[in-house]
Amino acid sequence: MLNKAGRDIPSVIPGFKEVKLYNGPFAANPTGRVVGPKISVNKPRSEKVLKSIDQAIEATGLKSGMTISFHHHFRNGDYVLNMVVEAIARKGIRDITLAASSLTSTHDAIIPYIEQGVITAIETSGGRGKLGELFTSGKFLKKPVLIRSHGGRARAIEAGELAIDVAFIGAPACDTYGNINGIEGKSACGSMGYAMCDATYADQVVAITDHLVPHPLYPISIPQTNVDFIVEVEAIGDPKGIASGALRISKDPKELIIAEYASSVIEYSGYFKNDYSLQLGSGGASLAAAQFIKEKMIAQGIVGSFGVGGITAPFIEMLDQGLFKTLFDVQDFDIPSIDSLRNNPNHLEMSASYYANPHNRGPIVNKLDVVILSATEVDVDFNVNVITNSNGVIMGASGGHCDTAAGAGLSIVVAPLLRGRLPMVLDRVHTIVTPGETVDVIVTERGVAVNPNRKDVFENLKNANIPLMSIEQLQQIAYDLTGKPESIPVTDEIVGVVEYRDGTILDVIRKPV
Amino acid sequence: MEKLRRAMMFVPGNNPGMLQNAGIYKADTVIFDVEDSVLVSEKDAARQLVHNAIKYIKYPCEVAVRINHITTPYGRDDLAAILPAKPDLIRLPKAETAEEIREIDDIISEAEVKNGFPQGSIKMMAAIETAKGLMKAYDIASASPRMVALAIGAEDFLADLKTTRSPHGNELFAARSQILLAARAAEIQAIDTVFSNVNDEEGFIAETTRIKELGFDGKSVINPRQIKLLYKIFTPTEKEIDLAERVLAAYEEAKAKNSGVIALNGKMIDVPVVTRAERVISYAIALGLRKGGQ
Repeated sequence: MLNKAGRDIPSVIPGFKEVKLYNGPFAANPTGRVVGPKISVNKPRSEKVLKSIDQAIEATGLKSGMTISFHHHFRNGDYVLNMVVEAIARKGIRDITLAASSLTSTHDAIIPYIEQGVITAIETSGGRGKLGELFTSGKFLKKPVLIRSHGGRARAIEAGELAIDVAFIGAPACDTYGNINGIEGKSACGSMGYAMCDATYADQVVAITDHLVPHPLYPISIPQTNVDFIVEVEAIGDPKGIASGALRISKDPKELIIAEYASSVIEYSGYFKNDYSLQLGSGGASLAAAQFIKEKMIAQGIVGSFGVGGITAPFIEMLDQGLFKTLFDVQDFDIPSIDSLRNNPNHLEMSASYYANPHNRGPIVNKLDVVILSATEVDVDFNVNVITNSNGVIMGASGGHCDTAAGAGLSIVVAPLLRGRLPMVLDRVHTIVTPGETVDVIVTERGVAVNPNRKDVFENLKNANIPLMSIEQLQQIAYDLTGKPESIPVTDEIVGVVEYRDGTILDVIRKPV
Repeated sequence: MEKLRRAMMFVPGNNPGMLQNAGIYKADTVIFDVEDSVLVSEKDAARQLVHNAIKYIKYPCEVAVRINHITTPYGRDDLAAILPAKPDLIRLPKAETAEEIREIDDIISEAEVKNGFPQGSIKMMAAIETAKGLMKAYDIASASPRMVALAIGAEDFLADLKTTRSPHGNELFAARSQILLAARAAEIQAIDTVFSNVNDEEGFIAETTRIKELGFDGKSVINPRQIKLLYKIFTPTEKEIDLAERVLAAYEEAKAKNSGVIALNGKMIDVPVVTRAERVISYAIALGLRKGGQ
């Protein structure tokens, strides 16, 4: 069956109860009710702090076949996921569905437990390195890995499609009664945005902390009312992997050119005026664009209303200089961002649902004017792939890509036109993560293409002194240098399912030959 | 209008990625180097790479090749490999005599005939990098009608002079002035040397401002990031562009009327004023501040 994005989706996918086809970015009309966690009780003077992860697993009654969740705020510095999975394996529990908000290469450590059948299903944002290769191999897991965007995951949790039995939450600071924040302790990660949804809707919640403090801890990101048990461990993460020093502006001249064009696109798009709002990705070109945008805002006396992210140091500088009135923060990438969340009252923490869930009463992405996103590859229909590489192997994560593209007034995708010998504007991307109808402008180092359905933007950009061209012309420039790439041969076996933010199936990932 | 050569960007001839992307940075000229940035063991590979890059990649700017000196064992092979690809410009390093220029001129002429290129279509420039070369600067600059620019190569030159580079640049003042004079006397362009600390933006801006004041047409750069800084310095103000446009309009009007005397707002406009105005407008067009083609 072809969906609205032109993708051939089988009517039956192993492990999926129902196959709902993507039918356009705003086509879904949700019905039913938001689910809730089990009602629970905590009697006065009862003890939440347990001695070990093992004890917590027992206390929650975690059994084979259940679903566990984790947040990815510690990124490559995370110890929690690996520790918990190892403990679960030791207890002989099997057939677990792992629903982490994302996975990084540090989680390669769980590969043996996937091979042994401890984890048999994965629902997450993506996969990298060896884990990504393992997902693509189709081995060991009972069903294809389910890829969700950050907003889509929040939606799935609230809709009951992702029912979490036990959420294990790495807590940089936690008091003895379960109040959590991410801004204190040696493993501070800043915002706890992704974990907030898990904590609210999971049947049971275990906080794992290396900074246990007397009650009450404040400010509170995740309240005691959501937390069942607390375990203190020596370390929940490696601070070096959790947050870098200030993310530096790129010195790569190619990225700088792309960034310059992207900032010119914003300047001339029609959106660049007082009280506009902006989201930047954490990729090189996107970060570099921040520098140019800042200069333009200062030069033209423009003050934005809010920034959204994925927050990085360049955004903090703009907040501190009064170029944005406030920031909405779902995740922090560097130490200045964490410090700012701690110290600046105009820097606001938000949940993944507030950020991007399409089926609540108003995520912040809907109020976003401009977003800059990166891409692995794009196609002539403006579809974007950030998940599979040129061999069809899973090597990236969906993140908030399709959420912000759908929500923002102007979504700009930045990507090099060539990576080595490979062209990045194709006839069809191997995997669609963000549908082309939600992508407005593609910016490369050799040209800028505007989606034909945004004639208004195209007209505005004629004055921008940037190499404006059609997406086909852009593709031709690449093909003239590289030739036309052959499509990646795949088998019929489905190893991944890309769920659009509204819960429909946007694409499937087939195992490469 | 005269071809602009504000930023002439060196690109190592043995780096495929850099060759592929050399055209995207808006340099007026890219100079593919098979001389100092290429090890002896890689000279032949670099020649082939540069040949193919010129032949198959469409660059939106002038394409030059810096060959090894004609007296080294590589110079003639460089020309033999590269000329058939038809570069726009050959840059000779360490020029010391007019004979060298004429020798290369002859080789280029032969290649033009052999490959069916229009005579004189491949231009030349030379870099002065020794005291001996400096003493012959005018001879070198005027040795061939192919010559379009004279450059200074500071590092070798200062070694020859037994001094080193300073932030104020006094040590180069005499050489820069002499090269500029020689270039102007030969009616060709003068191009300044590279500024090698790419992270020292302030130093680059100071030096570029200085050489523009001296009268240089442009500067060699070694990193794309320097190009934008350089163009900023070579950007005329809106007021300058406006005046230049009015000067040229008055000039055209006078020409149309066959009037010998040209005046704007009561001031006489003579040839140098028109030349300067043309120069301002060509900078404005190159920067997209005014419409028009070169």
